[in-house]
Amino acid sequence: MTRLAFGLSGLVAVLFIAALVVGPAEIGVVHSIQALVLDGEGPVPLVMREIRLPRAVLALMIGGSLGLAGAAMQGYLRNPLADPGLIGVSGSAALGAVLAIHTGLAASVALGLPLAALAGALIGVGLVMVLAGPSGSSLTLILAGIAISALTGAFTALVLNLSPNPYAANEIVFWMMGSLADRSMVHVWIALPLIAVGAVLLATLSRGLDALTLGEDAAEAMGIGLRQMRLTLIFGTAAVVGGSTAVAGAIGFVGLVVPHLLRPFVGARPGRLLWASALGGAAMLLAADVAVRMILPARDLKLGVVTALVGAPLFLHLIYRIRREGI
Amino acid sequence: MNLCTDQLAMLVAGAGQLVSVSHVARDPLSSAMAKEAAAYPVNHGLAEEIYLMQPDLVITGSFTARATVDMLTRLGIEVVMFEPAATMAQITDRIEQMGAVLGQQKRAAALITEFDTQLAAFQAEQGARPRAALYYANGYTLGDKTLAGQILTTAGLANIAAEYGFSGGGVIPLEVLAMAQPDTVITGRPYPGASRSEEIVRHPVIDTLRRAHPDASISNSDWVCGTPFVLRAIDDMVALRREIQKATP
Repeated sequence: MTRLAFGLSGLVAVLFIAALVVGPAEIGVVHSIQALVLDGEGPVPLVMREIRLPRAVLALMIGGSLGLAGAAMQGYLRNPLADPGLIGVSGSAALGAVLAIHTGLAASVALGLPLAALAGALIGVGLVMVLAGPSGSSLTLILAGIAISALTGAFTALVLNLSPNPYAANEIVFWMMGSLADRSMVHVWIALPLIAVGAVLLATLSRGLDALTLGEDAAEAMGIGLRQMRLTLIFGTAAVVGGSTAVAGAIGFVGLVVPHLLRPFVGARPGRLLWASALGGAAMLLAADVAVRMILPARDLKLGVVTALVGAPLFLHLIYRIRREGI
Repeated sequence: MNLCTDQLAMLVAGAGQLVSVSHVARDPLSSAMAKEAAAYPVNHGLAEEIYLMQPDLVITGSFTARATVDMLTRLGIEVVMFEPAATMAQITDRIEQMGAVLGQQKRAAALITEFDTQLAAFQAEQGARPRAALYYANGYTLGDKTLAGQILTTAGLANIAAEYGFSGGGVIPLEVLAMAQPDTVITGRPYPGASRSEEIVRHPVIDTLRRAHPDASISNSDWVCGTPFVLRAIDDMVALRREIQKATP
């Protein structure tokens, strides 16, 4: 267990440094780290502190939150397909954010943007929970998710197409695929409060999720309040996904892939899977963000493209396993 | 039917010659002649509305709605297409062409003489060339083979895009721009309604670059079309260059 913790933390640290030293401006590794840590004037500290640092920090925070939210939802619903991107929570958060930006709410109210994304995510996650039921089958969960994703995606596209700004329509791709390009420290401070609150809420679920593996009755007998767990899950997920989506768009598959990959290592303990998935999600998003900068440095390849390329084959693997077990 | 040909036509045409201009010509953000355009009925570049106006001639840019142009030609309406101007010399060519098409050679010639005189006045003055970067939404920049690039060069500014091998348009990542340390950053003025693409011109890095030197935010209307209005754009840029030269002895 400690081996896993050390391994994942090490991986995150290595990828964080990689995210800091990779970029279109060619700066030596030593030189760039020096410029970041020491005081200095000139272009290199500017690039490191105002462009690369916020980008790496956001990848860390957002990847961690998506992994955590995925693990928590999967643990609570006892369903390996519960992922904020797949079941429409990210999509509804993006709709909230887009509405806030294009109605001017984001510009006029402090924290208007993340709060609107939070509201969107809350509605999304609430709807999914209601539609899928407390221990809904995979089928109802996925159907509810597809319905909400499609609906919020359509509304997002509609709002952007109605905007008088000629660039808005092109940004549909950003809101559906997600990107960390050209984000600044301002965006870190926008996302941080919600992500921090949400992560703390989700972390408190750890014991409850472990108990829930014994069944709902057994969990209640152990003094776990299911109603309260459900509320914590809804608010926690909505907070981390809302904060993330407000600044980076809807990034899919992280919350799906990471818990799935790490589950064998934590011995089927959903409580432990929470922190492991947070670390794993951060590592995955940092790696994806390094990858988009290495593959097409000048073209702002969307993060969601890379995460989907990694995530989609996982579905094939799931199908393969279900078939084998079925026969 | 095209923003730029609309403006040329409004400058050159005699009374009653011009039936309609495109709706963009009335948009003060894009058009340098929005006020003048208000006097004409607008069209939206749709074949049927133009056909119903029964014009003798339709003037359009070569990049404008090909399908519409083909349909109007099939319906027997004469269509003249203008290539967009990318240099100062091409601007005078276009004015001349417009004069010929509309049978107003004299007015066109007068415009050209005026344009050339003013242009020569700008070119007479030379000196150190401060390095400038044109920076638009999504990190887009324009090089020397574009009208905007030519405006910079004529005003005595060195375009930073050339240092990175752009002659047309292209994207300069924010990091690369920061490393290049241009003497001034010239950004497009945002359109109404927010967009994430335009957020880049308010990024802290751009703010830092701008704090050190005089800067400019340009209105698109004088820059997009090869009309005599580019002289206004050049004039603005000359003022900017003098300011930079004063600030950096």
